Amino acid sequence: MTANNASDLPVVSDRLAKNAMRNVSERLIEMLLFAAAAVSVLTTVGIVYVLVTESIHFFQNVSIVDFLTDTQWTPLFDDAHFGIMVLVSGTLVSSFVALAVAIPMGTIIAIYLSEFANGKVREVAKPILELLGGIPTIVFGYFALLMVTPLLQKIFPELPGFSLLSAGLVMGIMIVPYIASLSEDAMRSVPMSLREGSYAMGSTRLHTAIHVVVPAAFSGLAASYILAISRAVGETMILAVAAGMQPNLTWNPMEPAATITSYIVQVALGDLPHGSIGYQTIFAAGLTLIMITLCFNILGQWLRRKFRENY
Amino acid sequence: MQHAALTTEEIRALIAKGKMKDTIFKAVGLLCLAIGLLVIFLLVGDMVMRGSERLNLAFFTEFASRRAGQAGILSAWVGSLLVMTVTAFAAVPLGVAAGVYLEEYAKRNWITEIIEINITNLAAVPSIVYGLLSLGIFVYAFGFGQSILTAGLTLALLILPIVIVSTREAIRAIPAMIREGSMAVGATRWQTCRYHIIPYAMPGILTGVIIGLARAIGETAPIITIGALTFIAFLPPVPFTEVSPGVSAGLFDWLMSPFTVMPIQIFNWTSRPDPAFEVNAAAAGFVLMVMVLSMNAVAIWLRYKMRKNIKW
Repeated sequence: MTANNASDLPVVSDRLAKNAMRNVSERLIEMLLFAAAAVSVLTTVGIVYVLVTESIHFFQNVSIVDFLTDTQWTPLFDDAHFGIMVLVSGTLVSSFVALAVAIPMGTIIAIYLSEFANGKVREVAKPILELLGGIPTIVFGYFALLMVTPLLQKIFPELPGFSLLSAGLVMGIMIVPYIASLSEDAMRSVPMSLREGSYAMGSTRLHTAIHVVVPAAFSGLAASYILAISRAVGETMILAVAAGMQPNLTWNPMEPAATITSYIVQVALGDLPHGSIGYQTIFAAGLTLIMITLCFNILGQWLRRKFRENY
Repeated sequence: MQHAALTTEEIRALIAKGKMKDTIFKAVGLLCLAIGLLVIFLLVGDMVMRGSERLNLAFFTEFASRRAGQAGILSAWVGSLLVMTVTAFAAVPLGVAAGVYLEEYAKRNWITEIIEINITNLAAVPSIVYGLLSLGIFVYAFGFGQSILTAGLTLALLILPIVIVSTREAIRAIPAMIREGSMAVGATRWQTCRYHIIPYAMPGILTGVIIGLARAIGETAPIITIGALTFIAFLPPVPFTEVSPGVSAGLFDWLMSPFTVMPIQIFNWTSRPDPAFEVNAAAAGFVLMVMVLSMNAVAIWLRYKMRKNIKW
C-alpha cells in the first residue's frame, strides 16, 4: 500500500493488537508443554503413592518387626511368614557376585580404553560394548541357564541347575558396558596436564593411570559404580530364569534363591486377586527395593560431592 | 639421609620393569575386551546353532502350542509390534514436548530443578517398579485392565527419560543464530520451535526414540507384572472384522485385548523343562536380538547421516 506521509502508515501497536490471540495461544502452548514436563514428576509421585498405599494395607496385617526379622518368606502358605530378609539376601548375594565381576572388568576396560588403546582398538571396542549393553536381559537369562550353568557344573559338579552364581556372573557381564563407558568418560575428562606432569616425573603409563587419573576421575567412577549397583539390585529376568524362584535365606551363591525382583515376577505370573495379602506383598517388596536403591543413590550423591575435583 | 645415586643398570632395570607392567596391563585390558566379545559370540552362536532348525516361515506364522515342533511366535511378534506402536505414540509427543519445554521455555527456578531431578531419578528406577506403578494405576485405578494399552503406556513411561534427554541434546546442538534469526523476524517462541527448532532437532530426536524403543522391545519384567499372559493362541481383534457372529471389532478394540510379547514368549519357553522348547527359545531369542540390533543400527546410521547433513 502506498503512503503519502508517515501518519498514513499503520501503527505497530495496531497490527499487534489484532494478533492479541497470539499471546493467549502462546500461553496455552506453554502450559501444555509444562504439563508434559510435569509428567515426570507425576510418575515419581505415582510410584511413591502406589507403593506406599498398598504397603500400608500390607502392614496393617503384618508387623514391621516380623517383616524385617522373620527368617522365612512363605506369604502364600496357610502358615504365612513374611520375612523380607530372605529375598534381600538373594538380592544382595547375586548383586555382590555381579559387581565382583563387573567392577574390576569394567574399570580395567575403561582404563585400557582411555589410557592405552590406540584409535583402531577403540573403534572396535566401542561397538562391542554397545552391543553387549543392548542385548535384552531375557536373552542373558537364556544364556545363563542354558550355557553358563552347564559350563559351571563342569567346574563345580555339585552346582544345582539354578544358582545365584550363574545368574550373578551373567549379570556382571551385562553391567560391564555401563561401568566401562561411564568410567571412560570420567577418565577422559581429566585434563592432559595432570598426565603430562606425571610423565614428566618419569612415571609409566600404568603408574599414571592408577595413581593420577583414577583418583582424579574418582567422582565419575563412583557415579558409574552406583549406577551399576542400582542395575544389579533391580535386575529381574536373569535371576527369574537362572536362579530359580525358590525363596531361600542363604549367603551362599551356589544355591538357588529368589530375589525381591524375581519374587514379584513369580507372583505376577500366577493369579492373585486384587487386594489379597499376596497381592500386597509385591508392593511391600517393591517398596523395600526402592528403599535399597534410594540408599545407594544417596550414598552415590554424597561420594560424588565429596570427591568432586575442580580442574 | 643421602641415597646412593642409582647406577645406569639400575635405572635401566627400573624402566624395563615399568614397561613390562605396562605391557602386562595392556594384555589384561585386551583380555577383558576379548571376554566381552567371547560372550557375544557364544550367545549368538548358541542361539543360531540351537534354533536354526526352527527358523522358517512357519515359525513366524504359527501360534504358541504345547507341542514344541509346532509352536511359533505369531502372537508374540504381533503383540510386540502393537505394544511398540502404543509406546511410540505415547512417548514421542510427551518426551519431545517435555524436552522442548525444558530447553526453550523453562526458567531456572526450583520447579525446573525438581523436574530435572525427577527425570534423572526415573532413569535409575528398576523397570519392575514401573510394572508395579502401572499395575496399581493403569490396570486397576484407571481400569485399562491387562491390555496392550497398559503395556504401551508402561513402556512409554519407562523410555520417557531417554526421549527427553535426546530431545534436549538435539535442541542444544542447534546454534543460537537460528533461534535469534527467527525471533528477529517476529516469530513467537512457539513459532520458532515449531518451524525451526523441532524440525532441525528431528534426526537427533528420532535417534533417541529408536534407541528407546529398542530398549523397550526387550523389556520383560514390567509387562509380566501388568499381566501379559504367557500362553496366547489368538491375535488381538483387527478393527472392523467379525469377531463373533454379527459382532465386528471396533477401531480400538485391539488396544484392550490380552496379549503377549516376544520376551515373554522366550521366558515361557526357557522356563519349560522340556528340552525341545529350548530350540524354540533359541530361535525366538535370535529373532528378538535381530530386531533389537537392527533398530540400534538404524539409530546409529541416522545419527551418522545427521552429522553429515549439518550445514552450520
